[in-house]
Amino acid sequence: MNLPSPLSTHSTFRWAVSDVLTIARRNLLSLIRVPVTVVFSIIQPIMFVVLFRYVFSGVINVPNGDYVNYLIPGILVQTMIFGSVGTAIGLAEDLQKGLIERFRALPMARLAVLAGRTISDMFRNILVLVVITGVGLAVGFRPGGGALAYAGASLLMLFFAYCLSWGFAFIGLVAPNAEAAQAIIFPLIFPLTFASSIFVPTLSMPGWLQPFANNQPISQTADAVRGLMLGQTHDHSTLIAIAWGVGALLLLAPLSVNRYRKAT
Amino acid sequence: MSTWAVEAHHVVRTFNDGDVRALNDVSLNVPTGEVFGLLGPNGSGKTTMVRILSTILAPSGGSATVNGFDVVKQPQQVRKSIGLAGQYATVDENLTGFENLRMVGMLNHLNKAYVVAKSRQLLEDFGLDFAANRITKTYSGGMRRRLDLAAALVASPPILFLDEPTTGLDPQSRQDLWAIIEGLVEGGTTVLLTTQYLDEADRLAKQLVVLDHGQIIAQGTSAELKAQMGATVLAMTFATQADAERARPFLERLSDKPLNVEGSVLEISVDRGPATTADALRLIDAEGIAVSGLTLREPSLDDVFLNLTGHRAEDVVAETSPPSGRRAKRKART
Repeated sequence: MNLPSPLSTHSTFRWAVSDVLTIARRNLLSLIRVPVTVVFSIIQPIMFVVLFRYVFSGVINVPNGDYVNYLIPGILVQTMIFGSVGTAIGLAEDLQKGLIERFRALPMARLAVLAGRTISDMFRNILVLVVITGVGLAVGFRPGGGALAYAGASLLMLFFAYCLSWGFAFIGLVAPNAEAAQAIIFPLIFPLTFASSIFVPTLSMPGWLQPFANNQPISQTADAVRGLMLGQTHDHSTLIAIAWGVGALLLLAPLSVNRYRKAT
Repeated sequence: MSTWAVEAHHVVRTFNDGDVRALNDVSLNVPTGEVFGLLGPNGSGKTTMVRILSTILAPSGGSATVNGFDVVKQPQQVRKSIGLAGQYATVDENLTGFENLRMVGMLNHLNKAYVVAKSRQLLEDFGLDFAANRITKTYSGGMRRRLDLAAALVASPPILFLDEPTTGLDPQSRQDLWAIIEGLVEGGTTVLLTTQYLDEADRLAKQLVVLDHGQIIAQGTSAELKAQMGATVLAMTFATQADAERARPFLERLSDKPLNVEGSVLEISVDRGPATTADALRLIDAEGIAVSGLTLREPSLDDVFLNLTGHRAEDVVAETSPPSGRRAKRKART
């Protein structure tokens, strides 16, 4: 046998990073091999854009009058969050197929399966972000905040969705299969995305709903993203959105890791 | 350092808060450099044992070491010492054969250049080089098992756990896999093999334990187990069950081994197949009982079970539920 030395001199930390990247790479390869999932995660938001831009826009009143500029940042936030559902589905499938069992018998970092999954899903979100921005521009979206603010808004969205995806990871580990994971998540994110400022200003909602719609994290994120993209100041929503994200991450990541340790 | 590759002391594993006892006080010692067989029907606890030894599952009681490392206290060292392959052939369907091996190699924390070279070599050794860059979704069952086994070997572990490696495979693929396993043992690898097939255990394993309902009910070499059984099973088919029952007392005299009537078929374990068959036919003919069919066959695990436990191996499946719905689902898929 004429093989190079199997030994490696990397530290534990470097190996943990390597493990995360190995898993993320594997997930991205799967995405490329089964492009249907990606295509669908792009078609759905495009349909939302068309629906709200051309069908509902006549009945929705927004403060500055130009609904398309209100809509696109909202759709982007919604798409990021819906996209993170893929984290749950991917993990549930890995569990179901027994791949997690194989990983658990390997001397890899325990965290890597979850971290690799959430990171590869963030890459998918970046792709969606680029495509929907293009679609938005095509239907008349004119963000006035400048490129830097747009990049900041994009980072904020990606960060928020990334933090949330740790919660979806937990659901993926708990659910008996991918279909069930989806069924569990839908009733959780449906009220959060629709009773929010994503599609319509919360002022148009009934009074009892407004306190929730105004203050829930997805509205805060949508407000912050919209404010940055359009160049409008929006109170402290950016900081509040970041705080929600950090809080979610601190709560959900340990929860998921703990669950992963026990998952069979 | 222990002389055993794998040691288990009074291992217990329960599921559903103690309602299901998958393993009940199982102790075993696997010698280094041999194939050790864990024989038993579905639901006997074989897979649970492998999962505990490979650190996937924690034991509820007892202790175990692999390569001298405690499975609970030193799991990472255990994982570095083992390769795991099995009936579910857990390869990533969306990756190519090469990508699967590279992934496992990298996750074993091996040098990248080594992983690439070793992966190519294993694909070649296992006759998969022609499909190295094909997505494994397109692989046949036998190719998948070989790739799964190759993945377990990327890190050249001293100890290999093979959980029903040939279940569901066609005869040629089984032969291929057996040859590979024999080659590995020649190279010094210790193999813990679980199987439902007596012929597989017989061909590969030096020492065996037989599991039933999570307990060891017999152990020894395969020759010892077979001697207990008789070398051959003589199966005679009669026109009716009444005829079979009528023949029973005469045939019972022929052998001290177990005899069993199911429907119109009578089965008896014998030591000298052909000679006893002639005797049996003479006896029955003299009584005027007609035999409509007759076969001689090797004893199966089923026969061993009938002998050791009084029940057939298949009966166990229905009453022992797998630990969770997820596993049940996977079982159904294979």
